[in-house]
Formats: sequence, structure tokens, C-alpha cells
Amino acid sequence: MVVLPRRGLLSLAAALLFAAAAPNPARAQSETITVASTTSTEQSGLFGHLLPKFTEKTGVAVKVVALGTGQALDVGRRGDADVVFVHDKAAEEKFVGEGFGVKRQDVMYNDFVIVGPRSDPAKAAGKDVGEALRRIAGAKAPFISRGDRSGTHAAELRYWKAAGVEMETAKGGWYKEIGQGMGPALNTASASNAYALTDRGTWLSFKNRGDLAVLVEGDKALFNQYGVILVNPEKHAHVKARAGQSFIDWLVSPDGQKAIAGYRIEGEQLFFPNAAAGS
Amino acid sequence: MLASFAAAVSLIGTFDPEVIRILLLSLAVSGSAVLIGCVIGLPLGALVAVARFPGRQAVTVLLNAFMGLPAVVVGLIVYLLLSRSGPLGGLGLLFTPTAMVIAQTMLVTPLIAALTRQVIEDSDRELGESLRSLRLSRWQQARTLLFDARFSLVVAVLAAFGRAVSEVGAVLLVGGNIAGHTRTVTTAISLETQKGDLPLALALGILLIAVVIAVNAATTGVRAFSMRRYG
Repeated sequence: MVVLPRRGLLSLAAALLFAAAAPNPARAQSETITVASTTSTEQSGLFGHLLPKFTEKTGVAVKVVALGTGQALDVGRRGDADVVFVHDKAAEEKFVGEGFGVKRQDVMYNDFVIVGPRSDPAKAAGKDVGEALRRIAGAKAPFISRGDRSGTHAAELRYWKAAGVEMETAKGGWYKEIGQGMGPALNTASASNAYALTDRGTWLSFKNRGDLAVLVEGDKALFNQYGVILVNPEKHAHVKARAGQSFIDWLVSPDGQKAIAGYRIEGEQLFFPNAAAGS
Repeated sequence: MLASFAAAVSLIGTFDPEVIRILLLSLAVSGSAVLIGCVIGLPLGALVAVARFPGRQAVTVLLNAFMGLPAVVVGLIVYLLLSRSGPLGGLGLLFTPTAMVIAQTMLVTPLIAALTRQVIEDSDRELGESLRSLRLSRWQQARTLLFDARFSLVVAVLAAFGRAVSEVGAVLLVGGNIAGHTRTVTTAISLETQKGDLPLALALGILLIAVVIAVNAATTGVRAFSMRRYG
């Protein structure tokens, strides 16, 4: 009887598996760390600019998993990353307070802007974020919220509160929580001519703007601080503490800070280093 | 829509080595998953088809139902298993291509087993009588029928490959869509859509569909050739 060539299949599977598991043997020589970060840093292209410089200097390769800040901190909590690099100071301090992180350090900031349809039906344009949000809520103009526990979502909720808009009661059909990243939120806003809060970096690198434009910017309250934390090796023994710390040290060093300041899209600087001020 | 499509087509000519790497990773991960799925699913499906045991109907229903296993749920389960805080965390496999192969294998194995069971059960109706008269064991019957139905089973394998290479929910969760490491065509499409670069996302989609068509055409060609030769 003829049998299936099972051994051949198996070794082929093993060979393919191996090929998949080690796509880059050269890189396997050096150490690799995993950084849980936010969609805003990854999608703006900042990491594509920073990581080659860092790897060249230290030989440490960096894998970035880009999520919302809440999710990124969860990945750190579970021990699935060596470093978290996010933007929600309150949540970051809680993370360190619970013992999941070693220490929080300021790295840089960028700012949030409110984008909306050029025609600005709610007359929200201006500098004052509180006033803009009150007008949007007053006009019940469509607003897209991330609704995903991200740093931007947390900031948005803080701004509504500071503006004196009680979201519990003000919520209605005009306010849509989509539970997705910044890009999808902007896509949704663009498709439905709605207002949205976004970090400037994602906005600048976002291509599907449609009729949207920046309407509110420049308010000091729109400042968006990024922090970096080493996941605590005492909680998760496998954390690559030395290599992870070398990434943090480089980010806050003059070299790293200069590299951050040097990242531009269409001539516009996206992130402003401020490590010295914070640490 | 038309503008996006035109831009997408013009982009296809300009793909750089990074895109080729992403495409190769997609093919390697899904190909590995389908191969492992075949090693498990083909014998499993054939055995369920020829064996007579209590609960066989229930197993059949389960296999058929699991053909529609939600990719994102499989991804979540594999994520929780492989996470450093999970039972298999010590292996350090989360956010690696291996994790993606594991998740896709879980997706395609029931699909291969269910389709195999149907094909083998049908050919058992024709040949089963004579096989039983030869006093072959269940396993020998299953093997004989598998070989006999090998050309019909190609479609099960192609269906599995199609399911694996097109899914995004599982590989995104367990792979993390890490640039240069675990980014596949589908997670890249998802990322470019999020960035609002719809023409690039569409171009990658067209590329993926073209490759899947090529794989299917090649398989159909090989199948036709071997049917003439050995069928």
C-alpha cells in the first residue's frame, strides 16, 4: 500500500517553522528588548527614526509593540515587555506605585489638537480647549472619542471634566466612542465630518484627512507628556533589565534627546525633548 | 475609491524589499500552520470518518463548528497561554513568528479535519465495504481512503491556507505587528488603514490577493498534472 509521504511533510514543516522563527539570524546574535509603546509614537514614525540610531550605538535591537497606553501598561504588567514608553502620567505613576515599574522618567512632550470640519459648525476654533469643548457639546456637533483607555482617551476625558461638561448626562448620539486607535478615530472623524482630539504627531502623519483641519491648538492644557519606565525585574525575572535600562538611559541622554528633537515631518518638529527638566 | 485604486496599482510597481519580507513572513507563517494543520487534521478527519464510537456525531458537529472559530478569540487564548504571566510564559514565545504559527494552526486544524472528514466519509461509502472485507484496521482504512481521496483533499488544504493567510485578528494579538519581525501583509494593511494611507493599504491587499491566486493556480496545476500522471 502506498502511504502518505509523512516524514517529508514533517521535515518541511520543521524547516518552514525554523525559517519563520529566525527570519534574521544576524540579529539573533545581539540582545533584543521589547518595548510596549503607543500608537502615537509608532504611527508618527518616531521609532523608525530613533531605533536605528540607538541600535547602532549599543547593538541592542528593539521590538516595538504599539498599543494604547492602557493596553501597553497591561502588557508591562503581565511581563510581556521590558520597557513601557507611554503618555498618561497618572496611569504611569500608578504602574510604578504598584511595583510593576522601577521608576518613571520624563522623555518628551508633544501636544494635542482638536481637529474638525473646516466649516466648523460648532464655532469651536480658537485657543481655549475648554471653551471649544463646551461649544461642541452645546451644538451637539458630532465628536469621535477613542474610548479605548489610551493616553489620548484619558486626556480627552480630563478636558471634558475641566470644561465643566458632565459626560454622563451630556453624552448622546453626537458623541461616539469607537474603542480603537488614533488612526481609526481620525478615519471615522474624516468620514463623518466630526470633531476629534488627536496628538499632533499622528495628525501630521495621517493621510486621509478629507475635510478635517486643526481648529484648536496652542492651549497650555494640551501639553502631552511622555514617560518611560523599566518593567520591574523583581516582578518578572526574565526582564532584560540591563539592555532595557540602556534604552532608557539613551532616550534621556543628550544624544537621544537630540535625536527626538531632530524628527520632523514636512519640516515640522513632532516631539519636544524635556528629560532634563523632569528627571 | 477609484483614485485610491489607481494610486494602489501604481504603488505595486514600487514595492521595496521590506514589502517582500512582509510577504515572505505571511507565507512562511501561514504555510507552516497549514502543514502542521495537515499533519494533525488529515489523519484526525479520516479517523473520525471511518471509526465508529459513541459521541462521533458530537465530534463531527464540533469540528464543523470550529471551522468558524473567531480568529480574535483564538488569538486571545494563545496570547493568555504564551504571556509571561500565563502557563507557557517561560517559553518567551509571545510576539514571535512561532506564536503566530501556533495561533494559525489552531485556526486551520479544525477546518482541515472537518473537510477531510466529509471527503473521506463520502469515499468510505463507495470503498468502505471492500476495505472492511480486507480486514484492515481502522487506521489502515483511514490511510487508504486518504490516499485515494488525495486529489479531492487539495481543496481542504487550499481553504485552510486561504483562512490562515487572510486572517488578521490572531496574528495581530500574538505577534504584535512588530516592524521587521512579526508584521504580516494583513497586519500591515490594518496599520496602513489606521494611518489613513488607504492607497498603500489597498496596494498591499491587491498584492496579497494576487499571491493567493498564484498559490491556488499553482496547486491546481500540480493537481491536474499528477491526476493525469498518477490518477
